[in-house]
This record gives sequence, structure tokens and C-alpha cells, in this order.
Amino acid sequence: MAAPDEFAVIDAAAVERWIRAFAAAIAENEQELTRLDSAIGDADHGANMNRGFKAVIAKLDTASPDDPAALLKQVGMTLVSTVGGASGPLYGTFFLRMATAIGDAGTLDQKLFAAALRAGVDGVVARGKAEAGDKTMYDALAPAVDALDAALGGEDTGGALRAAADAAAQGRDATTPMQARKGRASYLGERSVGHQDPGATSAALLLQTAADTLG
Amino acid sequence: MKKLINDPADVVTEALSGIAAAHPDLRVDLEHKIVYRADAPVQGKVGLLSGGGSGHEPLHGGFVGPGMLDAACAGEVFTSPVPDQMLEATRGIDGGAGVLHIVKNYTGDVMNFEMAAELAAADTGVEVVSIVTNDDVAVQDSLYTAGRRGVGVTVLVEKLAGAAADEGRDLAGVAAIARRVNEAGRSMGMALTSCTVPAAGRPTFDLPDDEMEIGIGIHGEPGRRRVPLAPAREVAEMLVEPILADRDFTGDGGTLLFVNGMGGTPQLELYLMYNEVARILAKAGVGVARSLVGSYITSLEMAGCSVTLLQLDDELLRLWDAPVRTPGLRWGA
Repeated sequence: MAAPDEFAVIDAAAVERWIRAFAAAIAENEQELTRLDSAIGDADHGANMNRGFKAVIAKLDTASPDDPAALLKQVGMTLVSTVGGASGPLYGTFFLRMATAIGDAGTLDQKLFAAALRAGVDGVVARGKAEAGDKTMYDALAPAVDALDAALGGEDTGGALRAAADAAAQGRDATTPMQARKGRASYLGERSVGHQDPGATSAALLLQTAADTLG
Repeated sequence: MKKLINDPADVVTEALSGIAAAHPDLRVDLEHKIVYRADAPVQGKVGLLSGGGSGHEPLHGGFVGPGMLDAACAGEVFTSPVPDQMLEATRGIDGGAGVLHIVKNYTGDVMNFEMAAELAAADTGVEVVSIVTNDDVAVQDSLYTAGRRGVGVTVLVEKLAGAAADEGRDLAGVAAIARRVNEAGRSMGMALTSCTVPAAGRPTFDLPDDEMEIGIGIHGEPGRRRVPLAPAREVAEMLVEPILADRDFTGDGGTLLFVNGMGGTPQLELYLMYNEVARILAKAGVGVARSLVGSYITSLEMAGCSVTLLQLDDELLRLWDAPVRTPGLRWGA
């Protein structure tokens, strides 16, 4: 196990790698996200996220801020302005709150990254008013930030992020038997049971790509 | 997928271009996907803004014009517009008397309009009041869902609040009418077929020929329950009973009965349904003073209908009869 002072330092370039990897994962999984959304929503989660992240990448290609907060703010604003639906405000707020929590820090250690991630998740809750068990993206995000906090100081950054990604994936899988209580799926009542939540699915990709690129 | 489109990605923009070409008394901002009445902002009049996903036409762009909306924001198909559009439109229709946002209760619409209202307060100084429509009685247990959906009554709110704004009422007065209409209206919908979102390319859900969905919203999503296909008179009962069970509609002013097509149902069947619904209402002692029959709030090519009942009084009756001049609703002007 690495000593705490050997933790990887996350800089703007690392954050950009994460965002680009997430955008690629969204593009790759667009059909799957839309298929999941067809079952319990309105069949647009894949298309909406892909539209937003195409715009995010186009912005990064022309202007790539060299501090993490500015970069994440740009990502959040772009998502709010291009995605629409529920995903736009939720993912947009997530990245904007991360940016606010990072402030003017040029690099993030594991602790600051974990704090920023939690601030992002808190933003999602504030915007969407979801609780655990509502069958939303929060059901993947909440166990992930808890796992990351639990790993603080004990694991190297790669290991801690891997634990967070695994927790997100488990949280995603746990949405399948849930009855939706938020968003459009909630109108299906019991018929929403047995379907994996598309928002939790994209959120698990967010943590997966973080583990792949930031460790 | 068989659709009259070019590229799924261009559907909304190209349709808006068509609206601009067809209706010289509207002005379309293609960059922001906003339909304005050409003479907006009207000085001294409360501005009315609505918006939502595309695919519900004529809602909302088809209801822009004197007596109804000042502007409408178009999102992607079944996806709410973004706050930037709403903020731009809010600025564009403020004639100094403030702006009413008419928002259907769907998570995406509510969140994006909320962000737009926050930005308007911070950036523009335009006074914004929001009204959220939530008339769908198919949604039970609102505590455990995102709450009742805003469906058919949205059209009626836009008309009646639009008339109130035309009469020169202030923002609080126009918002009060909008809230009253929402409170006095209830809806219930059903589908015979699904619809196909252009970007998805295939039907949102599969519905066998001998089944139908009861309690649908307006986004091609499945309803509350699936039942065997039944004759129109039984369908009418399934739609009207929950409405009458939820609110008393036997007031003196009579009601407005709105039978709405979901996009793929012919007028022939809508009038047949109107006949069935009117018969049930007569039996229940509910008077009908005004009617609206047609496809006004739709889900692409979905076959099916919804029923909306609105309790009228003298004031709402007068506002309903007031002139309106929009592509989708037009009389007396």
C-alpha cells in the first residue's frame, strides 16, 4: 500500500482526461442508455448526454482551462446549456458544485477530490431532491462518495477511486429491483421495478472513468 | 422508422424554420429555438412564456400570438429546453410588467425553468413568476412520485392566462388566473400505440394489437396499467371516472370539456369519444358549457386521446371566449 504522501496528484490535465474518457464512454453507451430509458422513461438519456458531451469536447478542443475548477465549471455550464431534460441541470450542477468546492486550488489531492465529489453529489440532491432508494443517479453516486471517503488515507488514489467505482456499479445494479419515486419513471409505479435506472448507469460510468484516468 | 425527416438531429430546427416560413406574424429565433409573437415585447403587458420538449405540437409554439403566449422555447424531442433559452426568451418578452413562466410538472421542465428563473433574478431584473401545471389524475400517490404531470390543462392555462394578460392584469393577477385554472382542471389519457422518437429510431414501447395503455403522459412513456382493448364507451368510462372521483365538477358555471388527440388519432374518433364522454357527464349531472376537440397537446404519432375537464365560472368563461390568434387556436380576432 502506498504511503499517503505518494498519492497521485490530480491536476487540470488529469481532470481533462477524465472528462474525455467519460464523454467517450457516453458515446459508446449511447444506445444502451437510451434502451434503458425506453423501458421506464422517454428514450432520450443516451442522445441527450451524448449531445451535451459532444459540446463539452468541442469546447475543450478550443479552450482547455489550465486549472481544475475552471475546467469543471466550463463542463458544467456547457451541460446546462446543451443537454436539457433532467440530466442537464443534474449533471451540470454536479460539475459546477465540484468546481466551487475546488476553488483556486491548482491541483487536487485525494482528500480535496473526495470533498469536491461529495459537493457535486450534494448539488445533485439539492437540484433533484432525490433520496437514497428513489431509483436515480443518486443511488450510484451516494455509495461511491461514501466508499471514497472510507478509503481516504488508507489506499492510494487509484485504489480509492477503484473502490468508489465498484460501489457505484453496485449502486447502479441495486436500482433494478427498486420502484422509482423521482423523475419520469416514477409515473410507472410498480412497473418501474425490474429495470436498471439509466441515470444510475451513466453515473456509474462517471466513476468508472474517474478510476481509469485519475489513479 | 418511417418519418418525413432529413436527419434526426435536425428535426426541431427544420420544423421551427417551417413555422417561421408559414406564419409571418411569428418571429423565430433559430439559434435559441424560440418562437416569439412578431411584435414582442408588448409594452405594459405581462409576458407569457412556456416551453418544453418538441413533439407535442401545436403545444407550445403553435400557441404563440395575441391572446395566448408571447414566446415558447422548443427543446429536443421530449426533452425540456435549457435555461439559456428560457432566459433569452424572458428578456425578449418583458414589456416592463414581468413574465409568467408556464411549466408542465415534469422533472426536466421544472428544473430547467427553475434555473432560468434563478438566472433571471440574478442577471436581468425581470420579475418572473412560475406556475407549474399538474392536472393528471393518472398519477396517484403524489408523495411517492414526481407529482402529478402537467398535461391537457396546460393548453387551457395558456389560453386563459393569455386572455387575462391581454385584459391588462398585472403579473400577480395573471398568475392567479393560471393557478385557478390549474386547480380547476383534471386530465386523464390513454394510448392505443406507442410513438417513435426520431433519435431513438424505434417505438418507445411495444403494445400488442389487442391491448392499450391507460394513464399515459405525453412523452410516449408507458402508462399506469395495460388492459385489453375495449370499445370507446368503456375507454371513456376509464378516463372520466378518475376525473370525477378527484374533483367535483357540478358547479354552476358548467365545464369546459377538452377531448384531445395524442397525434395519431383521427378527428372522427375524437368526436366519437367526445360523444361518449358527454353522455357520461350528462348522467353524472356535470354540465358542459364549452368544448374543445382536436389534437392540441400530442406525443408525436401516438394514437390515443386524453380528456380534460375544467370547472368554469363567469370569469373563466369570459376569458375563454376572448379573442385569440395563434396557429393552433384562433377565434374572435
